[in-house]
Amino acid sequence: MGFFLETLIGGLMAGMLYSLVALGFVLIFKASGVFNFAQGAMVLFAALAMARFSTWIPQWLGLESAALANVLAFLAAGAVMFLVAWLVERLVLRHLVNQEGATLLMATLGIAYILEGIGGTLFGSDIYKIDVGMPKEPVMILEHVFDGGLLINKEDFVAASIAALLVALLALFFQKTTTGRALRAVADDHQAAQSIGIPLHRIWFIVWCVAGVVALVAGVIWGSKLGVQFSLSTVALRGLPVVILGGLTSIPGAIIGGLIIGVGEKLSEVYLGPLIGGGIEIWFAYQLALVFLLLRPQGLFGEKIIDRV
Amino acid sequence: MTEATTPLLQVNSIEVIYNHVILVLKGVSFSVPEGGVVALLGGNGAGKTTTLRAVSNLLRGERGEVTKGTIALRDERIEALTPAELVLRGVIQVMEGRHCFGHLSIEENLLTGAYTRRDGKAAIAETLAKVYDYFPRLKTRRKSQAAYTSGGEQQMCAIGRALMANPRMVLLDEPSMGLAPQIVDEVFGIVRRLNQQEGVTFLLAEQNTNMALRYADFGYILENGRVVMEGAAKDLAINEDVKEFYLGLSTVGRKSFRDIKHYRRRKRWLS
Repeated sequence: MGFFLETLIGGLMAGMLYSLVALGFVLIFKASGVFNFAQGAMVLFAALAMARFSTWIPQWLGLESAALANVLAFLAAGAVMFLVAWLVERLVLRHLVNQEGATLLMATLGIAYILEGIGGTLFGSDIYKIDVGMPKEPVMILEHVFDGGLLINKEDFVAASIAALLVALLALFFQKTTTGRALRAVADDHQAAQSIGIPLHRIWFIVWCVAGVVALVAGVIWGSKLGVQFSLSTVALRGLPVVILGGLTSIPGAIIGGLIIGVGEKLSEVYLGPLIGGGIEIWFAYQLALVFLLLRPQGLFGEKIIDRV
Repeated sequence: MTEATTPLLQVNSIEVIYNHVILVLKGVSFSVPEGGVVALLGGNGAGKTTTLRAVSNLLRGERGEVTKGTIALRDERIEALTPAELVLRGVIQVMEGRHCFGHLSIEENLLTGAYTRRDGKAAIAETLAKVYDYFPRLKTRRKSQAAYTSGGEQQMCAIGRALMANPRMVLLDEPSMGLAPQIVDEVFGIVRRLNQQEGVTFLLAEQNTNMALRYADFGYILENGRVVMEGAAKDLAINEDVKEFYLGLSTVGRKSFRDIKHYRRRKRWLS
């Protein structure tokens, strides 16, 4: 029982991190109807910026305190992501108002390559590490309930809490604020939104900024777990099955989808793995996504594609 | 129509080109007086929608461009403004085909219309109550997603959404499209009440000439990107040419379709 719970909790926490990546996709899709292929590149770019600034800033300013340096680096990386958002809106999206979804999708693919290229040029392509002082040591909880207690990774726990908080804030923002409503309106119909005086440029800038911050948070967490390297941009691939499962338009969907996939991966690896030779973790998520595409293409919580006839 | 006062909107021989090559409007001029209901009439492809888009500056999204002529709102040139800036000046367009935000509820749709307003929640709530007053049907459907409401309700939602911005002038594109005649009457009736009670000016683009002439006070007939005829709505309604070509009536009564092939009244504006 203790082992099962440990696996379950491990899965939930891994899932929370997938959710964080998926959230980036959902945000941009919700607000502009674009499936943003560049999300992975944005995570990489943000993590690179964070990693480099956290070593550069102490050098430039002669700071002693690591915590302060990290805060400054986070702010600087955030500013870089805002700049990226501004450039994307200015140079790409502005010229593609009212274009087909496929056109926009290809544009984001281009953005992904450009970001990866510029990221490598600006920040170098070595492997860096981000150390934001996340607790590394595991802790035992519930020792008196179970024999041997549960072994929990503190780092995962902190990361999952941050992700959960971010999600709650974003969900509130989308549902309750005027700007959030405007974002959803733009997602439904660019032109109509424009006709009632919602400035598309500002809305897109805002949403890419938010997605940039989400990418930064994801980049910092993943980066401090795995190190910052080029392969970080492929964590976005982990986000894909999550959005298919949870639904492209639903923030809670991204979370629950992430949790299901995290738990599913771990449990299937541990319990089904030995039966068929292991390695399930790698393809489980994609298999699940495939089933969902067949049975429920809008995902668990996605908005139905409403077609009046 | 007195010429003495400056009209609310003055469009002066504008030319619109799509994609740098397709000439759609070839010098359209008209004016809309404060508090009037003016109709732009004409068949498919006459340039009605393009004219409205030129005024509301929604052309750019369609790769169109006003290349000649001027558009002035109370003597201020407005061609270079963004749609959002125009909404702030009190001009808002209700697009053809309704374009409600399908996944938002009716009430959320209405509230998005108030996006540009900065006069506080109370004032917006007041306008919302007023809109519900004019469109009681919307109130009963306020929690439903717009995409699940009927065509008439969506048209009302689109008009109501525009009213939420507290406009002085509404550009109404083809409000009758795809609606049952009874609903069209209801929608136009509300337009008239808004005009008379709230003093909202309307510029209307309509194919349904009959209906439009009944509710407008002045009309312009567009054909091939030109204004070919203009006049007070009641004069246009009895004009022989208009009757023949747009209202499907003629002095001779109904004709056999065989005759139409042989004889069409010559359009007098084609020389």
